[in-house]
Parts: sequence; C-alpha cells; structure tokens
Amino acid sequence: MTRDEIFEKVRGVLVDALAVDEDEVTPESRLIADLGAESIDILDISFKLEQAFGFKIAQGELFPEGVTQNPEYVQGGKVTDKGLAELREKLPHFDFSELEKDRSVQNVANIFTVNALVDFCERKLKAA
Amino acid sequence: MRWMWIDRVVELVPGERIVCVKGVSLSEDHLSDHFAASGGRAATPIMPASLIIEGMAQSAGILVGHAEGFREKVVLAKVGRAELDAEVLPGDQLRYSASIESMTEVGAATRGVVELIRPGGAGPTAPEEIGRIDLMFSHLDNNMAGQTFPEHNFVFGESFRTLLRASGVEIPG
Repeated sequence: MTRDEIFEKVRGVLVDALAVDEDEVTPESRLIADLGAESIDILDISFKLEQAFGFKIAQGELFPEGVTQNPEYVQGGKVTDKGLAELREKLPHFDFSELEKDRSVQNVANIFTVNALVDFCERKLKAA
Repeated sequence: MRWMWIDRVVELVPGERIVCVKGVSLSEDHLSDHFAASGGRAATPIMPASLIIEGMAQSAGILVGHAEGFREKVVLAKVGRAELDAEVLPGDQLRYSASIESMTEVGAATRGVVELIRPGGAGPTAPEEIGRIDLMFSHLDNNMAGQTFPEHNFVFGESFRTLLRASGVEIPG
C-alpha cells in the first residue's frame, strides 16, 4: 500500500469518527486542536483503524497513556527530559520537534497529527 | 427514579450479541408532553428519538457490562450513528439488537439495529427495521484522563439487576 493510499484510508476513518469534511483532513491537521477529537474519539479512531487496515493496536500503542499525569514526566507544567525520552521511545511515529521547542504540557496534544497516524499505519503494515 | 428503557432481554450471547424489547405504553409520562396539544393541534404521542437511543444504549450497555462480569462501570461515551426512519407510537414494540464490534480494557464499540413491531389487523406482525444506532462505551475506571470514581458500581444498579433476573439472565459475580 502506498503512502497516499494509507492517507486516504486514514482520512476516511477520521471523516467517519469525527464527522469532519474530507477537505478539513490534511496531513498537518492536529486531531485535537484542528479536528476536535476528544478522548473517546481516540478509542473510536483506534478501533476504526484496526478494521480499515486489519491489524491490532495494543492499548497505549497509538497514543500515550498516563504520561502527562506522571510527576516524573511532567513538572511545573512542562514535560521533563525523561518524559520526552519516554514519549519518543513509546511513540516513534510522532514528530516531537515542536514539543522540544515548547515543553508546555498543553503542547503534547499538538503532536497528534494526521501525518503521525499515517506514519503509525505505515510502520504497522511494514512490520506485519 | 426508574430509568429503564427496555422491558426484557430476550436473547444474550455473552460478549457477542443481545436482543432486548420494549413495549411503548400510553401511560408513560413523557408521551403526554411529546407532543402535548398546542394551538389548534391535537396531542400527538410519539416516542422521542433520544429515548430510543437510550434504549439501545441500555441494551448494548448490558451486553458490554455482562462481558466483563459487570465489574466495569460502562457508560455511554459517543453516539457514532443514529438513524431512525419511522415514528414510534403507543402500542408499538421496539426490538433492539446490538453486537460488539470492538472491545478493549478502556471501552467498546457496538453496532445496533432497531426494529418495530406494530400490532393491528390479524395475527402478529413481522419486525421491520426502522433504525441503526452505533455507540461507544467507556469503562470509567480505565478512562484515559486517569480520574477516579466511587468503587460501588453505580451504573448497574438494582433496576438493571431486576431486569436481568426477570429476563432469566444469570448475573455473573
């Protein structure tokens, strides 16, 4: 499957799960800030990706869980070095360059882009 | 308050599928307001679509809860799709069929069909599909925000247990 084909499928999943228009979904769109995803939508997206691509997604594999609640990973409203390292290790499909520039915990949500989802699916398909 | 929008579980395949029924009665309070007479229009009792969704949520919620031995607090988190093609009137019977599409420790997705049985004329009427309702449930204690909730399972309270017992469904745990 080409990257374009993966993007098309991911876009279909997001249109269905988030009730957004197709043209709102670009590779740069952020799931939470731009497309209005809430926490239950993340689970919905995860289920729908499983069905669309035929792979299984383990809990915490697609999106980090509990990182922002952990005092080792977040201190004074900023993601610590340890927190960033943990995120990088758990979530190799995300681009952390923006979070590196601004470590505010609110900024963590911005790493959830459509591109990150496409990368995730591409990796999963290659590994299969 | 009794907030039960199904009357009986008629079929349950654990972890897979459930069928529940509800008889719509003119004695239900909400039907006198939905819709009351207004201006020159006579009263028009029609079951609100939101309560049909609630009926499906209770049916599918039992299916999801049963699959985990009613240990999880299963709450409706998202209505992914709700399409209803017909008005539901006093004297009708609704049949909610739901199946689990996906399920993990944090929640579940269900797919459901609403059928209508409308008595009248001679003999029983065949159920007719009038709607499709797809839902998502969250297991509250495993929610991603890490919030904590009371230990007591307030979701599956006495009304649900009565319904299950009356339907002959064994309650695990």
